[in-house]
Amino acid sequence: MIRAGGVTKTFAGGTIALDNLDFTIAPGEFVTLLGPSGCGKSTALRLIANLIQPNSGTITFDGPAPAIGFVFQEPTLMPWARAIENVRLPLDLQSVPHAQGNSSAAQALARLGLSGFEQSYPRELSGGMKMRVSLARALVARPKLLLLDEPFAALDEAARFALNDDLIALAKQDGITVIFVTHSLAEAAYLSDRVLVMTPRPGKVAADIALAQPATRNAAWRVTPGFAALQAQIALSQGGAE
Amino acid sequence: MKRALNLILPLLLAIAVLGFWEWIVTARHIPPYVLPAPGAIAAALAGNFGSLMASLLTTLTVTMEGFIAALVAGAALAILFSQSRLAERALYPYAVILQVTPIVAIAPLILIWVGFEHINLALTLIAALVAFFPILSNTALGLKSADQNLLELMHLYGASRWQILWRLQFPTALPYLLGAMKIAGGLSLIGAVVAEFVAGSGTATGLAWRIVESGNRLEIAMLFAALALLASLGIAIFAVLSLLEWALLKNWHESALSQRN
Ligand SMILES: Nc1ncnc2c1ncn2[C@@H]1O[C@H](COP(=O)(O)OP(=O)(O)OP(=O)(O)O)[C@@H](O)[C@H]1O
Ligand SMILES: [Mg+2]
Repeated sequence: MIRAGGVTKTFAGGTIALDNLDFTIAPGEFVTLLGPSGCGKSTALRLIANLIQPNSGTITFDGPAPAIGFVFQEPTLMPWARAIENVRLPLDLQSVPHAQGNSSAAQALARLGLSGFEQSYPRELSGGMKMRVSLARALVARPKLLLLDEPFAALDEAARFALNDDLIALAKQDGITVIFVTHSLAEAAYLSDRVLVMTPRPGKVAADIALAQPATRNAAWRVTPGFAALQAQIALSQGGAE
Repeated sequence: MKRALNLILPLLLAIAVLGFWEWIVTARHIPPYVLPAPGAIAAALAGNFGSLMASLLTTLTVTMEGFIAALVAGAALAILFSQSRLAERALYPYAVILQVTPIVAIAPLILIWVGFEHINLALTLIAALVAFFPILSNTALGLKSADQNLLELMHLYGASRWQILWRLQFPTALPYLLGAMKIAGGLSLIGAVVAEFVAGSGTATGLAWRIVESGNRLEIAMLFAALALLASLGIAIFAVLSLLEWALLKNWHESALSQRN
């Protein structure tokens, strides 16, 4: 369980990014933060990852802070390192033995469909493949919590849809709690168990929408009235928030 | 084809210029103490090959030792700066003062302090001083230029500052350092030459001194021969450092990629 209570973040210069943010997220949930640009979504993720501190309020977990995986909007790979070395980074930093790190990293790449690209440098990979490497790196250390900050925004639709499906499957397999940030209403509707709609800056939660997802999601689901209904459900409460 | 042109064009130009030079000197009867013909220069080079090579070796040794000293000191200080804002604030102004003071003006002082009995040490020190600053400032800038998101990722995984330095900051700084090394290589040669000029007779035996000596004796062909060797030395240093840069960056850095296709 992750609890944010009255979290406020003001940056030097006086920008109030978040004002009294409250939410709880249950283990294994897939939650999306949806909101306009500048409403503090990235700031919320960085607070949860303990990369920055709130001015007031608290973020608490049941027990000690869980292992976290983080994916940024850009792939954020080390250009001088091969794909496998990039994926191995979290393990290297935790001094995991080299051979073990290599096999875990190769396995993580395989899960993302990148077998055979272990030795490629980032510049030799397409945008979608780079994002897959980034996702493999986030998953390699077996996180309990995965934070994704508009990870697929820069990809074309086909690559984005494929990664959406892979993400759902991987998160379910590993039983990971996911917090996903996006601008895209359709993406939020497709992925999430719950959507937290945020207000424009300063951000707080305007609506908390539980979505009833079907047993299987695939390309066909995207064109059903059921999927349209989920989007409408978010759009309506979004309208109410503004 | 393009590569071949890159080589052939300058070569053709060189042959044309040398041919014209030879012709004008003979045709106009220009005296050899004003401008010797390329043939005469080649003869001077061949006739004094052994002693000129010994001088070349002397200058090369001073240049290389100065360059390596500058590299080690500059990189070490840059790492110190990256780890301690306090050290940077305290020391950086002195590094700048060292940089802006013309080396020719400090050279005599260094020669006196180090002493003419340790002449090679003094020459090396002067060569190192000239090459030091570009290494320091570029490496310091490179170490600071690490990608912010990668830095946050490192923090997220609990990286120590040494892990961050070694795994992130140092690779980020490498292209900056290699660029600085190309500049510093040329500068340390200049430093070595200046040092030999200042050191003067009897003590220095490098190429620069041979130039001074031949000038005094009006052996202009010999002067040109020494000058040609000095220029070749500069080109060789630049070529070796460019090769090193290419070898280390070829797989990943934009600068090396654009040359590939
Ligand atoms: N390090 C910082 N220093 C100062 N202000 C900041 C900093 N980081 C973010 N802000 C400000 O806080 C506000 C929220 O920023 P944040 O990046 O969290 O927005 P966001 O919702 O992620 O927007 P986007 O969808 O465009 O990525 C913005 O107004 C931004 O200018
Ligand atoms: Mg953002």
